[in-house]
Formats: sequence, C-alpha cells, structure tokens
Amino acid sequence: MLNAIADPMLPTPYRVLKVNRETGDTFTLTLKPPKGAPHFAFAPGQFNMLYVFGVGEVPISISGDPDKPETLVHTVRAVGAVSRAICALKKGETLGVRGPFGVPWPVEKAPGWDVLVIAGGLGLAPVRPAVYHLLARRPQYGNLELIYGARTPEDLVFRRELERWRGRFDFRVHVTVDTAKGDWRGNVGVVPNLISRARFDPEHTMALICGPGVMMRFTVQELLNRGVQMENIYVSMERNMKCGLGLCGHCQLGPFFVCKDGPVFPYDRVRDWFLMREV
Amino acid sequence: METLEPILAAHPFLQGLDSRHLKVIAECAAKVNFNAGEFLLKEQEEAGRFYLINAGQVAVEIFRARGGPSTILTVGEGEALGWLWFEKPYHWHFDARAVHLTRALALDVKALMQRCEQDHELGYALMKRYAHMLAVQFRVMILQLVDFYGK
Repeated sequence: MLNAIADPMLPTPYRVLKVNRETGDTFTLTLKPPKGAPHFAFAPGQFNMLYVFGVGEVPISISGDPDKPETLVHTVRAVGAVSRAICALKKGETLGVRGPFGVPWPVEKAPGWDVLVIAGGLGLAPVRPAVYHLLARRPQYGNLELIYGARTPEDLVFRRELERWRGRFDFRVHVTVDTAKGDWRGNVGVVPNLISRARFDPEHTMALICGPGVMMRFTVQELLNRGVQMENIYVSMERNMKCGLGLCGHCQLGPFFVCKDGPVFPYDRVRDWFLMREV
Repeated sequence: METLEPILAAHPFLQGLDSRHLKVIAECAAKVNFNAGEFLLKEQEEAGRFYLINAGQVAVEIFRARGGPSTILTVGEGEALGWLWFEKPYHWHFDARAVHLTRALALDVKALMQRCEQDHELGYALMKRYAHMLAVQFRVMILQLVDFYGK
C-alpha cells in the first residue's frame, strides 16, 4: 500500500541520517522520517520531489529498497543549484520530501519471465529498487541480468553492491565503461554491445531501461533486433518535473505528463515521442 | 591429429561458413593461450595473425607517453580481434593484451590472404563477416565518442 499523500504539495521534513559519496559528484543520502510519521512505502521506479529550503525543489528517483521503508534513500548528482545543495547536506540536516510520485517499473508482471535490467550512468539509481525487488523474490523469475555502463570505472555508482551482486550464482551482472586505465579488468565498450552477452529468451523477456537518451535509443534498437517485443521493453523518461502531479505541464511529452503517466513507460506507448527530436 | 574445424565452426565469427571453407581456414589456424598481461598484438608490429577469441578477455589499448595505456575496447568470448589486417601496410594500430587467461584461435594472415586470392568465394564470405564486425566496431566507437554520460 503506497502512502496516501494528504497534501501532495506540502513537503515533509526528513532528516539526513547518512551521506555516502558514490563518485566525485554523486552522493547517496539516507533520510529518516520525522517522529511519528508512517514508513515511506513506495514502488520501484517512483520518484520524490526533494526540497532544499530556501534553494528549490528537484525530482529525484528513489534508489533504496522498497522492502525496507523505514528509511528513504536517494542518489543525487550535483549538477545544478538544488542538487548541489542536496549533495552538500550533512548528517542531521533537514530536507523536504514530497511523494512518492509516478508510474513504477512493472515488476508485478515479471514473474515467469527473464528480466534484463539495463542502466547507464546514474540511471542505475532508479532501477536499483527494481533489482532489490527482483532479488528478494528471485525464484519467481527466469534469467536475471543487469547490464550497466558508465563513462569510466571512477564513475560507477553502487560499486560495492555491484561487486556483491556479481558474486551471486543467480544474477548475471555485466559492467562496462567507455574508457579505462590499465588497471581496469572489466569490459570496455558501450551498453548496447553487451546485450549480445546476456542470456534470455526474447519472447519471454522483460527489459527495464534507464539511462541517457542516446543510450536508451540504441539499447532499445538492439533489444528489438534480438527479438524482444516492444511492449515488454520499459523505459524511464527524464523530463523537467515540477509539480509531480500532472498539473503544471513542465514535463509534457506529447500527450503525456512524465510525472504522472511515467516516468516508466512501455516503449510501444512512447515510441513516436521517444524518437521525435522536437520534443 | 586434432582438427580445428569444429572449433572454427562453433565460433560466431565463422558461423554458417561452408565446410569446404572451414577446412581451408583450419589449415591456417592454430590454438593459442595467453596469460593475463600477455600481449596478443603490439602497435606497429606486423599484422601476422588475427584471433578468434574462445574464452577470456582482451583489452585493446592505446599507449600515451604521459598517461600510460588506456583501454579503448575489450574483446571477449565469441568475438574477433585484429581488424584491418588486410589493409596496407599490414601492421597493427593498437596494442592488445589479455586481461584474464585467454584462449583463442590464431589465424595466419598471409596464408589466409593467399587462400582468399585463390578462392574468391572464401574471400567474399570472410569479407562479409569482416564488414559486419567493422560496422559494429564503428558504431561502438561513435557511441563512445558521443559521451552518453556527459552532464
């Protein structure tokens, strides 16, 4: 059961419990709800609006475990004024939270299927809750594979977790970087190219993709080439979300509001808009 | 004596190739192993052999005087290593080093070229595969240049 949002425009003050540095500019914040507040229930793929008081508000995907709603986890890259302010927060400081918003990954449809989780860069954060969900119910699925790419080894987020996941016998993890120095012993290349190494039955495969637009475009193409059905490919779209409720129109993508109708869409639903350059 | 034809036939690069052609290619092939850190190719060296990787992983590197080696691509199981061996001046443009223990089939370039000249059907079948591999590599390189993950 997801949180009933009393006033969806009113942020709840959460306290920063822990800050982990993932890369040079990316941080994972663990947040604690105020005393007496209910646990923060959410579905994998949903996002919150995070409000740094006096600075502004930004949409950030939830990157924590949906089965552990006692704390709220967000992974943020410091790229703008608000995200920089979020990343500068220290333990004990306060952050406003509105949410959860958006359509989640359709993990409830995945039992009995092979599942490919494909992420690029910080795109691993929005799919991480789906990975937690799938691994917690591992016997329900066929092959489970993660394909993840970043620019360099130093840009990989959740590195320890990736290493831990790689150690499992029931989860294949493929990591690649665009370029690396001599001491990197993993793959170098691009995400779409690694799809050929994944094991899956195209007719019974669900793919969850999150990453930069160009990466998603070529990844979708490669999956289609391999026979995965369009309606079983899910993409997480990124737009400038403001209200989170489909009221303000900032995140409009053709006939959709990404905050309300997405951010997760089946590819066949957004294909025309996905490929359109003007939107 | 062990024949390499079944191993060649099983490699994705040669998949679907006529058995007559596989037999000819097998005459130019040898099994090779490389320990982690060993070079398969070195920049400027004569392009004497190219490789069909059966197991392991190879890093294709470019060496920079200040930064040392940088890996621009890795080649793994089921892939081919050593492009442009048919282009003059027949030397390698990059280094390639085994990341892990790597097992491969080494194909003698001169012998293979000679056979391709003698049998244009074989030459065409190989060139089609090479063209496909180059197209894939070209696309990969372009995508790497695009810098997906830039802010």
